Amino acid sequence: MRLLNKASIRLLLVACIAILSSGCASTFESINESINPLANLEPWVKPYERSNLADPIMSMNRNPVALAYAKHVFESREGARGADGGAGGGCGCN
Amino acid sequence: MAAQVVVVVVTKIQTTQAIAQNLTLVKPVSVVLGLILSFLFMGPIKAAVLPIERADVLYHFYEGDGVTIDGPSVLLRKNIAGKVSVSANYYVDTVSGASIDVRATASPYEEVRKEKTVGLDYLNNKTLLSTSFTNSSENDFEANSFYVGISQDFFGDLSTISLSYSKGWDVVGRRGDESFEEEADRQKFGLGFSQVATKSLIVGFNVEHISDEGYLNNPYRAVRFLDSSTDRGFSFATEKYPNTRSSTAYSINANYYLPYRAAIYGDARIYSDTWGIKAQNVKLGYIHPIEDDWIFEVFLRHYKQDKADFYQDLFSRPDEFNFMARDKEMSTYTGLTAGISVSYEWQFSQTATFKKSAVHFEWDYMKFDYDDFRDATAQTPVGEEPLFGFSANVLRIFASIWY
Repeated sequence: MRLLNKASIRLLLVACIAILSSGCASTFESINESINPLANLEPWVKPYERSNLADPIMSMNRNPVALAYAKHVFESREGARGADGGAGGGCGCN
Repeated sequence: MAAQVVVVVVTKIQTTQAIAQNLTLVKPVSVVLGLILSFLFMGPIKAAVLPIERADVLYHFYEGDGVTIDGPSVLLRKNIAGKVSVSANYYVDTVSGASIDVRATASPYEEVRKEKTVGLDYLNNKTLLSTSFTNSSENDFEANSFYVGISQDFFGDLSTISLSYSKGWDVVGRRGDESFEEEADRQKFGLGFSQVATKSLIVGFNVEHISDEGYLNNPYRAVRFLDSSTDRGFSFATEKYPNTRSSTAYSINANYYLPYRAAIYGDARIYSDTWGIKAQNVKLGYIHPIEDDWIFEVFLRHYKQDKADFYQDLFSRPDEFNFMARDKEMSTYTGLTAGISVSYEWQFSQTATFKKSAVHFEWDYMKFDYDDFRDATAQTPVGEEPLFGFSANVLRIFASIWY
């Protein structure tokens, strides 16, 4: 068992030398790519393709002062709360 | 040095093998982890931006269920040296009248609530740190809360992840009873993720956990119980709530830019808490600009809720259970809101002091129908009163200026 371990270690060292001589980083990357299919993923919407996204009508918070009030009204009239960035404070619900 | 390199390589290979073995064992977890790591470390990253500098002056009006609430709200935001943004909001609610919960047991009243918020955002490359402090004050309620959040853009600015935490301290009083003073503490933990899916679609996911502890009752609301000694056949007693409440809400949202200059958006949320309340809501909206001046918007929102475990419209006696509630916001009901808004904008030169201004008019019509909350003011035999329902009109009229 001990000999086998030594043999394994020698084999591993040889493999490492081979890896070093052939470029450790690229080998590691190829292993990474084989286990992680998303490794080559790149942003698929380029900066020059974002004119639609930059239009104010695509903003989820176009008018913060009005949105905060609207959320406050819903939070006051409904039992549910959270996950909507709602405003704090009292409820005016007496 | 060479030995160190060998050791590092061996370690990396062993780690990779171990990861590979684990991948086969816990593949779903690894896929999610891989997705997160890929988003975190791949692709060029650009800087995030500070909130837009603007000032808003708003008048709000709510009328429904015998209650009128109105008042102003002023929001100012100014950036400093492109790194810091400071904001301040002053908000007033003037409340008059009384809702059905109170009409059955007490007289209409009038009170004023003032809320002040100061906030600060700090931008460091692609990371936005935010913090704010809010004080809300009225004659029978004092609330202070502190908020801190961090938002990070990555994956070529296509992805944003945000974390938030807030802590609140409430002091609850009761009109006409100077000796009454109770406290409640609140904590909120939020996680958000948004993703640019295509050049016309943004999607998002949010989860928020809220934990409350202390006096969580509304001191003006009461439970109704059978009492044959009275003319109406029932009497009222103080509500009894648990002194802790934890809730979790999950929401998704999407904004889609149509082939012409207009957008549709939608969101959906599911909610549950330790009081047994379960709720769902969905919202769909459409935004339609006309040239560069007008923006029209319409939306429809549906809300549905199942009651708290300890809610009942009519109890058999005042001490029937350890916890008892008749607050209509804890009952089973549905709500439908339809909204319409219009904005008119003036565009100025980008080099001018004021770059744009706008006026806005927004009107929401809300309707609520309760499944197990009866109108106790009706002159009918006890327990046979008609189910309650009401509608409300909500107005927001405001002016904005960008600088």
